[in-house]
Amino acid sequence: MATLELSMQDEVSAPIRRRRKLGLLFWLASIWLIVILTLAILAPVLPLQNPLDMDMLERRAAFSGEHWLGTDSLGRDELARLIFGARVSLTVGLIAPMIGLALGGALGLLAGYFRGRFETLVVGSMDVLLAFPPLIFALAVTAYLGQSIPNLTMILGVLGIPAFMRVARAATLTLARREFVIAAEALGASHARILLRELLPNVILPLLAFFLLGVAVTIVVEGALSFLGLGVPPPMASWGSMIGEGRDSLDVAPRLAFLPAVGLFLTVLAFNLVGDTMRALTDPRQGAL
Amino acid sequence: MSAPLLTIDNVAVELPTPRGNLRAVDHVDLSLEAGRTLGIVGESGCGKTMLSRAVLQLLPKKAKLTGRVMFDGQDLVRLDAERLRRLRGRDLAVVFQDPMTSLNPVLTIGTQLMETIQEHLELDAPAARKRSIELLAAVGIPAPEQRLAQYPHQCSGGMRQRIAIAIALSCEPKLLIADEPTTALDVTIQAQILDLLAREQRRRHMAMIIITHDLGVVAGRADEVAVMYAGRVVERAPTQALFKRMHMPYTEALLAAIPKLDTAPHTPLPAISGRPPDPTRPLRGCSFAPRCRYAVEHCREAKPELKSAEMPGHLYACFHPIQMVEEIGT
Repeated sequence: MATLELSMQDEVSAPIRRRRKLGLLFWLASIWLIVILTLAILAPVLPLQNPLDMDMLERRAAFSGEHWLGTDSLGRDELARLIFGARVSLTVGLIAPMIGLALGGALGLLAGYFRGRFETLVVGSMDVLLAFPPLIFALAVTAYLGQSIPNLTMILGVLGIPAFMRVARAATLTLARREFVIAAEALGASHARILLRELLPNVILPLLAFFLLGVAVTIVVEGALSFLGLGVPPPMASWGSMIGEGRDSLDVAPRLAFLPAVGLFLTVLAFNLVGDTMRALTDPRQGAL
Repeated sequence: MSAPLLTIDNVAVELPTPRGNLRAVDHVDLSLEAGRTLGIVGESGCGKTMLSRAVLQLLPKKAKLTGRVMFDGQDLVRLDAERLRRLRGRDLAVVFQDPMTSLNPVLTIGTQLMETIQEHLELDAPAARKRSIELLAAVGIPAPEQRLAQYPHQCSGGMRQRIAIAIALSCEPKLLIADEPTTALDVTIQAQILDLLAREQRRRHMAMIIITHDLGVVAGRADEVAVMYAGRVVERAPTQALFKRMHMPYTEALLAAIPKLDTAPHTPLPAISGRPPDPTRPLRGCSFAPRCRYAVEHCREAKPELKSAEMPGHLYACFHPIQMVEEIGT
């Protein structure tokens, strides 16, 4: 008797990591960020001139072999100040949004999941913080605690919490009603597990996208605060304070304001470009929904 | 005869709404023995999902639940949260209607399966992984090992429902609640999924509740069928008895509303006219009376209680059950 053999070989291809063209812009942006970060980290060991040494005879000197990018209005080496300024701008720009991400994200997740009185309290207090003029807050804190990088970071971090809280809460509210959360509960998951394993991986995606935006905005805001004299204390350089100081000599030496502005612009742009590409690459929901 | 695994005793669920209290489940009594299948049938909004959520204690926070749900000797209504959590997933599992939303979109299938297994069975990661592969193979997923690394959106709807079933079965539950498990699926997949559920049920000797709006789904697969209307059980019988001789006009209307292949083209479907009564304004009489073609004045005045028919185990709530109407007509 003939036997009929049915081969049940269902070929399921292993998940293919599609190699996608990342594009020239992404690579340029990554290279720029790597260069800036390396320079900022290695600044103390690089053969740079002291960014605080003044040379009153060489004020606003043009580009030369001794001062590659010239000197500022107090005769300090512009290149050294740009690189040391990057340290401040990047430190503040990265750490402050992390404070916002951690605290705001956690509050938003909890508020969106537990609802009730806790949510009212969180949303209410965040509204108070949002309604409070940020400049007055920055003034008050620097007046009491003094001007320093940690204080500046804390101010900008706290000011970022409400925005992160709102993003996290909005995402959690829509997700917490989805069936997979009820399914997880029906399978005996505890609140902690639902929050950390079911909701957080979903909520973190919009939060990270928002984080990169936060980095860009914080670097600019730090610049604005330093420009107003609320940022880093004077002899120290940050890109914002350099733009502020360069303003006095815009007519004679516009490069003093433009060089840090270009650095700021390129870095913020690079963060956004890299952030967008990374999000598109890592989002497992591509093509879904 | 052993005590039933699940006893739903006089369970009522009320939901506060701006228009007054909505009685989603109206004093329902049901019971189910280990290894048996109960089908709960009714149209949308008749309270079948709320009843299943009441069993799982997953009702919305505002809902008021009265009555008792005895499962395996414990009253789930009065069980503390921690004990209940341990029971869910391990002894009590559920498969939801829509496999598109019942799986987490950003976690791999392997993660979702293994988490439940590790949580309840206290296995280490390699053992949980091995068990996940076995489970996926058991629910008929080809190349299960590769599937573990995939995300839900990379699978088809039927595939996802199989995965959801695998997750539900992962800890050998004593009771599986399938809440419209095939409603969101293609007709050709429906039978496969139902057969899969039936096969796994026999193999694991678990009790199962199938909730559906389709009498055809329960016809060959449930041991007993309960028909719900407006939050109440209006007819309950062993499946054979129900299809041989249904007493409740609503059941008959439900059956008539299923499209058949042998009807001539362009025949209008005998849909049930009207709509279910507003659950915030309970009727004085039989809740089906406004839509029932046999209703008389008495039906609108008094509410019929569930009573036994001549067949043992067959209950119905109607003053004028169908075959008697026919007798009057002749």
